[in-house]
Order: sequence, then structure tokens, then C-alpha cells
Amino acid sequence: MSKTKDVLFDPVFNKNPIALQVLGICSALAVTTKLQTSLTMCIAVIFVVAFSNASVSLIRKHIPTSIRIIVQMTVIASLVIIADQFLKAYFFDISKELSVFVGLIITNCIVMGRAEAYAMQNGVYMSFLDGIGNGLGYSLILLMVGFFRELFGAGKLFGVTVLHSVNDGGWYVTNGLMLLPPSAFFLIGLFIWALRSWKKDQIEPEG
Amino acid sequence: MPLSKNSPIYTVIVATLLCIVCSTLVSSVAVALKETQEKNKALDKKKNILICAGLIEKGADEAIITEAFSKIEQIMIDMSTGEQVDMDPQSYDSRKAVKDPETRVEIPQEYKYSGIRARSKYAVVYLVKEAGNVKLIILPVFGQGLWSTLYGFLALENDTKTVTGFAYYEHGETPGLGGEVDNPKWKKQWIGKEVYNSDWESSIAVVKGNVDPENEMAKHQVDGLAGATITSNGVSNSMKYWLSDHGYGPFLAKIRNKGTR
Repeated sequence: MSKTKDVLFDPVFNKNPIALQVLGICSALAVTTKLQTSLTMCIAVIFVVAFSNASVSLIRKHIPTSIRIIVQMTVIASLVIIADQFLKAYFFDISKELSVFVGLIITNCIVMGRAEAYAMQNGVYMSFLDGIGNGLGYSLILLMVGFFRELFGAGKLFGVTVLHSVNDGGWYVTNGLMLLPPSAFFLIGLFIWALRSWKKDQIEPEG
Repeated sequence: MPLSKNSPIYTVIVATLLCIVCSTLVSSVAVALKETQEKNKALDKKKNILICAGLIEKGADEAIITEAFSKIEQIMIDMSTGEQVDMDPQSYDSRKAVKDPETRVEIPQEYKYSGIRARSKYAVVYLVKEAGNVKLIILPVFGQGLWSTLYGFLALENDTKTVTGFAYYEHGETPGLGGEVDNPKWKKQWIGKEVYNSDWESSIAVVKGNVDPENEMAKHQVDGLAGATITSNGVSNSMKYWLSDHGYGPFLAKIRNKGTR
């Protein structure tokens, strides 16, 4: 039981794919200007990582070593296309904002990294949980970054005005930097700093 | 003897099977969802037109959109003459038409200031009619910003110069700077502005900073977007072009003269 829990929740704080392994940064910069898009992206990534892990694990004993990476890629790409098609059909407005970034989940290092590092060695159920766990770890960072960027950049949360911005006749002067991709770098950096001050074993040895 | 996992034949078999499974999955999902997606696309376009024209609010649902759109008449015009042409507006895609050498019209040198390189020969315009008379004219427009092409609609009253609504529905400008073309407050400024002066020259302009209300040109001017000079200029110059004789000028002139002829 505790192993299941570890597999599921370790990637959230102890082995966070973004904060510790610094994977999947590109999409974390691109889609986090708003919470709504961040959340959709998170769900899409959790879906893709969980099912790609499970499928790769299911056929792991039959995958010839020489075409291992290509097989993983094919599985991941198929799942990403399915996720993208679903978004286009049922969440058209959000999928328009996410545009290419759903498709780019294919290149998200987390998905491939987990398939190669975990699913190739472990059972289907555990791999599925590992996928969900890593998806959650990714989501945690994405939602935090999205929260601060939307709040300080636009004065809103989920599109609802929290800080009344000057542009709409209020008092809050929006921070334009927050809406630009570099701000996500600062936020992720600060978050990594906070996490490593809390969990000191994540600090890499200097040298 | 069972095949070795790493033998070439086994590799080919696994690859083939995987491809078949994956492609079946992907194509069945794509086929199953196609109808919903197409419906979304069509609805989205209608919604954009209606929102830009100020006829509905942003959160309107399908029923409202369909209802509001049913009052709109689509016609195809030849932009150079302003005459209506007998073509099906439903199947016409102006963005594709710009790329097609058959229907592409290069922008002449004197209009190069607009930042637009080419337009399509024909355009779909939308008319809202009341008792047989044109009440609103909705024109598709686009312009070059800093990073992207901005696509939108301009709605004019039947005097062909008073703006009743203007908005872009697609652009890739910097959020918070050029992206402020989406700001409802900025868009609201356009309403009531006059795009032509008394000589029927296109005179709408986005100015740097705020419009001085004392200025006699104020009714032709809109505040610039702070920190987004290139986007503002792109909007200003492209609008000037669309209302010129090479843009919708001939068509608008036809609508104006209908009463007097």
C-alpha cells in the first residue's frame, strides 16, 4: 500500500518532474498565462502520461530493444492526437488558445522520460499510477505559475476579476511582464528555491 | 522455436501491429468527433462575426448565436467594383483565396503603407436588414501587427461611416501590450467614430496616446495602445486601407448611393 502511495505522490514534491528534474519547462512557459488554459493542459498531460505509461508497460516485454524509442513515441503521439481531437470537439475555445501546445505534449520530456525510465521496467497498474503522479507533479507547478501569472498579470483568476485593473477603470496596475513567458522562468526558479529550502536533500552537490 | 525478441522479423511484426492499432485508434477518434468539431468551427465563426458587430455578448450560447445569425444575410462581392457576384459564400474561404494565384490581388504601391501584401478578389460581407433596407454592414478585415496577422470584423451603420462595432477575433500579439486590442474598453471607443470625412476619404486613425476631445478630428480618432506602437499603427493603417477605394470603398459607395439613385 505504501508503495502505491509513494509511486503516486513522490513525483508531486519529492521527485517533481519540473522542480527536481527540470523537464517539461517549455510548455510550462507557454500555456500558463491563464489558469483555465493551465488546467486544461494539466488534464491533457495527466491523461497522456498515465495512458502512455500503461500502454508501454503493457507491451514492454514485446518491445524489441532496437525500436524501443520509436514504439514509445508512436504510442505517445497517438494519445496526444486523441487528446487534441477531444479538446477540439468539446472545449473548442480552450483548444484554440492552447493551439499547438497540445500537439507539443508529444515532445514533453516528462512523457517520454517516464515511459523510458519507469514503464519499461514496471507493471501496468504501477506505471499508470506513476503516470498520474508525474502528471500531478507537472500540474502542481503549472497551476501555481498560472495562478500568479493570471493574478498579477491580468488581475483575474479563472477569468474572474480579483484585482480591479486600471484598464477596466480600477486601481490595479497590471504587471505586463507576468504575461510574457520569461516570468514563468522567475516563478519556477522561486518555486524550486522554496522547495529545496524545505526538502534539503534535493539540493544538488556543488562542484 | 519461438522468435527472439530482437530478431529483425519480430521487430517488423511488432512495428506493423503497433502501427495498425495506433492508426485505427486515431482515425476512429478523428472520424467520430469530426462532426462536432466542424459544428464548433462554424459556430465559432458566426460567434466572432456577431461579437465583433456588437450584436451578442461573449458568453452567448448556441441558441442565441443561431437566432442572431439568422437575421444576417451573407453576400459575396467583387471588391474592385463593389458589385455583388453570384457565388456561394458558404464554401468561400477568403484566407485560402489570398494564397490562390487565381483570386489573389496584390496591393498596389500606393497602399503599401497598410502593411497588407495581398487581399482576395472577392469578399464575403454580412448585412443586417430591416424591412428590406440595409441597417448594418459587417466587413471582414485583417491587418499586420507586430507578431501576427490580426483578423476581425468592422460593423458600420447604413450611412457607411459610423462604426457600431469593431473587434479582432484572432491575433497573436503580446498579451497586455498589443493584445490589448481585445480590451473591451478599447473596443468600445470605436463605437460612434466616423471612418470617413466629409469628402468620403478614409480618415479613421489610431493615434499615439489619448485622443484630444477638443480636436476637430476626434470623431475619426481612437486612443493608441500603450506600449504597442507597431500594433496600433498596423490597426490604423490597415483600417485606412480597407476603407479606401482599393478596399471596401466601391462597395460602400454603392450602398450609400442606393437611396439617391
